Amino acid sequence: MRRLIFLLPLVVLAALLVFFLRGLDPSRDPSAIDSPLIGKALPTFSAPALLADKPGIDSRDFADGDLRGKVVAVNFFASWCLPCRAEHPVLKQLTSELGIPVIGIAYKDKKDAAAGFLAEMGNPYLRVGTDEPGRIGIDFGITGVPETFIIDKQGIVRHRIGGPLNPQLIDEEIAPLVRELNK
Amino acid sequence: MSGRRILAAFLLLLPLLAAGPAMAVRPDEMLSDPALEARARAISKDIRCVVCQSENIDDSDADIAHDLRVLIREQLAAGKSDQQVRDFLVARYGDFVLLKPPFKMKTLLLWAGPFAMLLIAGGGILLFYRRRRDTVEAPPLSADERAKLDAFMAENENTGSSNSDSEGTAR
Amino acid sequence: MITEIGHYALVLALILAVAQATLPLIGAQRGSRPWMALAQPTAIGQFGFLGLSFLALIHAYVVSDFSVAAVYENSHSAQPLIYRIAGAWGNHEGSLLLWVLILALFGALLALFGDNLPPRLRARALSVQAMISVGFLLFMLFTSNPFARLDPAPLEGRELNPLLQDPGLATHPPMLYIGYVGLSMAFSFAIAALIDGKVDAAWARWVRPWTLLAWTTLTAGIVLGSHWAYYELGWGGWWYWDPVENASFMPWLIATALLHSAIVVEKRDALKAWTILLAILGFAFSMLGTFLVRSGVITSVHAFAQDPARGLFILALLTVAIGGSFVLFAWRAPILKAGGMFAPISREGAMVINNLLLATATATVLLGTLYPLILSVSGGGTVSVGTPYYNATFVPLTLPLVALTAIGPFLGWKRGDLPAAMQRLTFAFIATFIAAVLTWWWRTDGPLLAVLGIAIGVWLLAGTLLEWAGRVKLFRTDLATSWSRAVNLPRAAYGMTLAHAGLAIAIIGMTGASAWKVEHIQVMHVGETVEVGDYAYRLDNVQTLPVENYLAERATFTVLQDGKTVTTLQPERRQYLVQPMPTTESAVHTTWKQDLYAVIGEPDGKGGWTVRFYHEPLVIWIWGGGFVMVFGGLISLSDRRYRVGAPSRALAAIRAARA
Repeated sequence: MRRLIFLLPLVVLAALLVFFLRGLDPSRDPSAIDSPLIGKALPTFSAPALLADKPGIDSRDFADGDLRGKVVAVNFFASWCLPCRAEHPVLKQLTSELGIPVIGIAYKDKKDAAAGFLAEMGNPYLRVGTDEPGRIGIDFGITGVPETFIIDKQGIVRHRIGGPLNPQLIDEEIAPLVRELNK
Repeated sequence: MSGRRILAAFLLLLPLLAAGPAMAVRPDEMLSDPALEARARAISKDIRCVVCQSENIDDSDADIAHDLRVLIREQLAAGKSDQQVRDFLVARYGDFVLLKPPFKMKTLLLWAGPFAMLLIAGGGILLFYRRRRDTVEAPPLSADERAKLDAFMAENENTGSSNSDSEGTAR
Repeated sequence: MITEIGHYALVLALILAVAQATLPLIGAQRGSRPWMALAQPTAIGQFGFLGLSFLALIHAYVVSDFSVAAVYENSHSAQPLIYRIAGAWGNHEGSLLLWVLILALFGALLALFGDNLPPRLRARALSVQAMISVGFLLFMLFTSNPFARLDPAPLEGRELNPLLQDPGLATHPPMLYIGYVGLSMAFSFAIAALIDGKVDAAWARWVRPWTLLAWTTLTAGIVLGSHWAYYELGWGGWWYWDPVENASFMPWLIATALLHSAIVVEKRDALKAWTILLAILGFAFSMLGTFLVRSGVITSVHAFAQDPARGLFILALLTVAIGGSFVLFAWRAPILKAGGMFAPISREGAMVINNLLLATATATVLLGTLYPLILSVSGGGTVSVGTPYYNATFVPLTLPLVALTAIGPFLGWKRGDLPAAMQRLTFAFIATFIAAVLTWWWRTDGPLLAVLGIAIGVWLLAGTLLEWAGRVKLFRTDLATSWSRAVNLPRAAYGMTLAHAGLAIAIIGMTGASAWKVEHIQVMHVGETVEVGDYAYRLDNVQTLPVENYLAERATFTVLQDGKTVTTLQPERRQYLVQPMPTTESAVHTTWKQDLYAVIGEPDGKGGWTVRFYHEPLVIWIWGGGFVMVFGGLISLSDRRYRVGAPSRALAAIRAARA
């Protein structure tokens, strides 16, 4: 019994080492925050249209508008954000390969700048809203741009990707989820 | 992302990326009602910034921290309670934003840990004293042991045992 | 060329370290004196090569050799000389070299001045030191080479981070590192003693100066760092419970516990296994801090360039060094014979409670620091642990500790008389009561906890002074006798008195600065005057002027009280050459009562400037108290009886007996 006490430091250290080792996993982002939105209904919001030829977006559109019963991706972007530029060409894949519409929300961006960005980079969005004050972003709990949310057919938030999308992420993370949600 | 980075200096002193001036709360954000403003400050001091994560939003220079500070003030001005404001933020960013972690199942160990450790270690010490007392009541020394002890004491006396240091003050 | 010499010296140091880690250890096992004796020249040689290597690195910084990657990343040719030099350790690679250099310095000191130690113990301790060295040298050479070259060489460097361009960089990190690394000495002695299977009063005496040195420098390092953060960050805070700060605080707590428990080993031959464990833990926490800060597992440091190989390497080092020690501990510590008996109420008993509370407090800081990581890697989600948590856990644990610190020294060894001790503390009770009432009366607006904080600080200060007065029989005999007693008190006793008094002073400062801090933020125009508390601040002008390697916007405030000028404060906003973000430089007017602290921020574009003023009551007491503690450590270190090359114990004891 007395001897067992002397083993205690070793046991505690071993336990800590396991946690440290898992903490070093390169795929783990130590600054990532769990979204409390996952599994909950989309927040209520209304984003005015950014472009003249495409309507804005309102959370009601998911409940009983044209987006009802569809798996949808909501993507926050901004013209001032460099990773958004990197991500932009990849967004089209969501629609072309997975068949899901992508809704864009320009976060804390001037209308002209955001519209110019889309004119330059192409427009992968079905509809584009603007969130110049950043309040919709806060309602979604975003910590920066780009961020992408996957919404299921019932309008429930199912997944969040913080940071830019890339083809690998779409193939490995989003595609299986979309297949699952489309069942 | 301002000054908190400098604290990296405590161990490592790596480049404190994007470190900026510590100009957190700006005059134009502040409420004219000092009581409301004080409440806003108190709340934002305990809300962690989601971008520069080692700071609270009161100290942080990040854009989003500014937005959240303004939001908190709007809500307080609209008559919300401190708890309602906190709940509003937690609903969007999760428990992560609370610098004082809520007491829950998953934080049980965190909150109970220190006091549990104190109790266990304290109990261990009591046990230690009890065992010691038992040893004290061990059989008296044999003549042989007595002689050895005396010899040892005498030797100690000559070389000056550290026990005779004037550090002991119970005189 | 010089850079290559530095790199090469690093490799040579590694080879010597390997020799030092193995041969003397084998020698000690076989009882071969010549093999044991190899420890000394290898230790000194290792230090020599590392010193050469360090000088080569400094040289590269001084001449701005941007073909060296680390120089390019962290220096600029226009930086003042002092920041080109200090910048050498203002980054991962360079700071690691400084770390290993100090480690080797300690080894060399032990080799040069440890002649009074049993050769076997010294050989083993030096071997263990060298093992740590080997680990870190490999780490440096494989993952973090400070001499790595760039080809082609850039024309200009990327500049040392402006926040680090401060005299604090020249003093704080070296001091802190001496503390961390100093703990490796206690560690090496502990391992040597475990191998030996013997821990006695002599061992405790040999370890004591090293632990004391580590504790003293660690205290100084933390105090300097806290003060640096205070004036540099621009909002008058001095402690944040950031994971990185905690990493430096935990070894300090353990070192404090070790200092006390080692006294029990020395005087009473008890608490041996526990003391050995603390000696291991002190260094374990140093390594843990290194891991947390350099691996990126914790968000406090997520801004650092991450290389998973580094994290894995340090984790492996930690596993081998600390895991190995714990295995040795589990195997060998049970054979350590428990020595002297003592009652729960006694000097030893007080030290046990001290250790209990310090260990629990350390475990609390560790839990708070690691909990977010542990929860997140076990799929429990993300939580934050910040200041409110530590206020609710650490503070309640340490307040009783501080309160008991006043009582402990009054208790006798073996069996103390608590009522008698309390009686001798009567004056302290009275002083505490008066202080509490005065605080209450003076600042009815402050939090109730402030009254408690001030009361506990005064209690400890009064108790500590009473204890000293009791020793010199102040007012109980004629002053001449008291004087001669005071002069003849052992320096170690003064060390304790000063360290405890310093802690008391620091606690009073912390309480004042947290409870009654005043903050004022507004937009000000030139010529405007604003009243904050009893003072008026007039913004005289804001000038833009080029200084060395930055452009400063310097505001001049005249501070007035009752119409009379108190001082002039000149805070700055600085724009450095390369780094895009401006920094602020606060201006502080310090008095023993409070600090007046001014910061200038962004212009509002309409001729106004954002300004912040802070009044920080008693804040200087925090660092003042800290330096009293450091001074106590130094006084205690100078005690002849404990010097590394101390003369025979008998002589010292005679002197002590005369005292």
